[in-house]
Amino acid sequence: MTALAPARPRATAGRLPRLRHELRAVHALVHRDLLRLACQRVPTALMLLHPVLYLFILGGGLAALIPASSLGVGYQTYLFPGVLMMTVQTPAIMVGIRLITDRQSGYLRELLMAPVGRATLLLGSCAGGTLVAAVQGAVLLGLAGAVGLPYDPVLLLLLFGGMLLASFTITSLSLALAVGLRRPETFHTLLGLVMMPLLFLSGGFFPLSALPGWARALAAADPLAYGVDVLRRCVALRVPGQTAEGVEWAGQQPPLPVEAGLLLAGGVLALLWAARRFGRPE
Amino acid sequence: MQLSAGDDAVTPAPLLTAPAPAAVPSARDDAPPAIRTRGLAKSYPGPDGTTAHAVRGLDLEVRRGETFAFLGPNGAGKSTTIALLCALARPTSGHATVAGADVLTEPERVRRRVGLLFQHSALDPDLTAEQNLRVHARLYGLRRREVRRRTAEVLDVAGLADRRRSAVRTLSGGMRRRLEIARQLLHSPGVLFLDEPTTGLDPHARARIWEHLGALRDRDGSTLFVTTHYLDEAENCDRLAIIDRGRLVAQGTPREVKAAIGDDRVVLRTSDDAAALRVVTAVAPPDRAVATGADGVWLRVPDGSAWIPRLCAALAARGVAVHAASATPPTLDDVFFHHTGRTIVPGAGAGAGPGGGR
Repeated sequence: MTALAPARPRATAGRLPRLRHELRAVHALVHRDLLRLACQRVPTALMLLHPVLYLFILGGGLAALIPASSLGVGYQTYLFPGVLMMTVQTPAIMVGIRLITDRQSGYLRELLMAPVGRATLLLGSCAGGTLVAAVQGAVLLGLAGAVGLPYDPVLLLLLFGGMLLASFTITSLSLALAVGLRRPETFHTLLGLVMMPLLFLSGGFFPLSALPGWARALAAADPLAYGVDVLRRCVALRVPGQTAEGVEWAGQQPPLPVEAGLLLAGGVLALLWAARRFGRPE
Repeated sequence: MQLSAGDDAVTPAPLLTAPAPAAVPSARDDAPPAIRTRGLAKSYPGPDGTTAHAVRGLDLEVRRGETFAFLGPNGAGKSTTIALLCALARPTSGHATVAGADVLTEPERVRRRVGLLFQHSALDPDLTAEQNLRVHARLYGLRRREVRRRTAEVLDVAGLADRRRSAVRTLSGGMRRRLEIARQLLHSPGVLFLDEPTTGLDPHARARIWEHLGALRDRDGSTLFVTTHYLDEAENCDRLAIIDRGRLVAQGTPREVKAAIGDDRVVLRTSDDAAALRVVTAVAPPDRAVATGADGVWLRVPDGSAWIPRLCAALAARGVAVHAASATPPTLDDVFFHHTGRTIVPGAGAGAGPGGGR
């Protein structure tokens, strides 16, 4: 065995500004998520396959039935924002499941031992999850050409930004849900219950205007609907002739900044709430 | 298993040889203790409005640089005590200072200065040994350069340098344990808490972990606070404490706590144990427990070997033949039994229980 150098870091640790410590902890957790993403290539590829199948099989099949005139664009082009949303939503939701499994495996206790605030740990998980989800969404952006969208850098950047925002909101909501649960099964059950309606009310598969009034009112409370809306309107900003209709408040579509702001605010609120629950000492 | 004690004069006695009780702390008596608790208590609200007292009024003192064993049956409050000392849980009352920081007012400072190896520790099985360490080091706020240096150092110390690129999933139980210990050393803690560090390991891996811990203590001067239910492990620690139902029942060096009971255990194997029991009860001092066990008739008396000839003579006079006689000084298990009325390892012969207590 080789000699262990005398303890030096301890001396410098006290002098470091607190904020830098907290940031390093956030970095540690983001780093862990990226490492996991890098070493889990097969599961990630399978996860990405899912939205691709939706895009080409469901989208391809329905494209023959739905005339472009009714949507203003081809069905696959119409479906694209919804598919992007699906892509980011899966890894974002996994963050909540990971919080529960980390608690079960004991990894969470290791994290709690770290000399940083508990809120920092939650923020790190959220940042890591958001980034991983957005990276996976970025891979899907590569298919833009296949659905008839141009590889316009500004468009791609706008879509990436939109996905980052949507990932953040869903990750935060997932964490807020997971923070009070002890068993992953409960989380899965809850998810199975709400995921399907949320997805269908998101306006990703068909225009919300086709729905009855009460369903449209529900859609106005669906975070996924705002995510899809933001992405769809990003497309409309750069590609003329694209539809941009979606969520409506009293028959009026809220402006894009309001929708984006709502997503951000929803994410921040969910994260704050989760951090408060998580921060409660024993 | 003798470890190289080195030329350093203050190096404490090697771990797995019998430590000279006073030798270790004497050089550091003036230094503040590594752990000091006064009246530390923790209670949880139980079912139906009752209160469960996990720890009641603990007064612990662990000196710097010593290896301290914390013994107790399951549910005695060992894990709760560790949680309190690591500032993971807030005490209901009392005070504790760990590595110079107060657990109530400076919890983050405490956590920065201690390491804690959980009983069921968790590494990320998908990441490599090195990646696990790096994430942890960063979590503790180490700078990038330090992260790289310390990771390499602790991997080396754990003897895992050649496995640093292996996924944790592929490592053996002993290797994982060493990696978990290595992870707790990254931030150079002054006090290292180890909750049952060798549970579930085979004897060879156990010995290797202790060898490893001994080397750490000798090199870094770290204070080790170890809970264990292996008495031979506790025997080799500098000092120990026994906790039962949340209360401290004994504290001191292994020699001191054994001397506190004092009495030797005398065992006689005879031709007729039932008759021998009557004879021995009549001869022995009136307040002594005498009982028959699987190995014959036994009793506890001070200076046991001096009693053997007297007992043999009395038995011979009544026509009971003595096949074998022995007097053994108290073991830690006897100490444990004396204070808690239970043996720590079920089925361990030594303290089979007076009067068929169990």
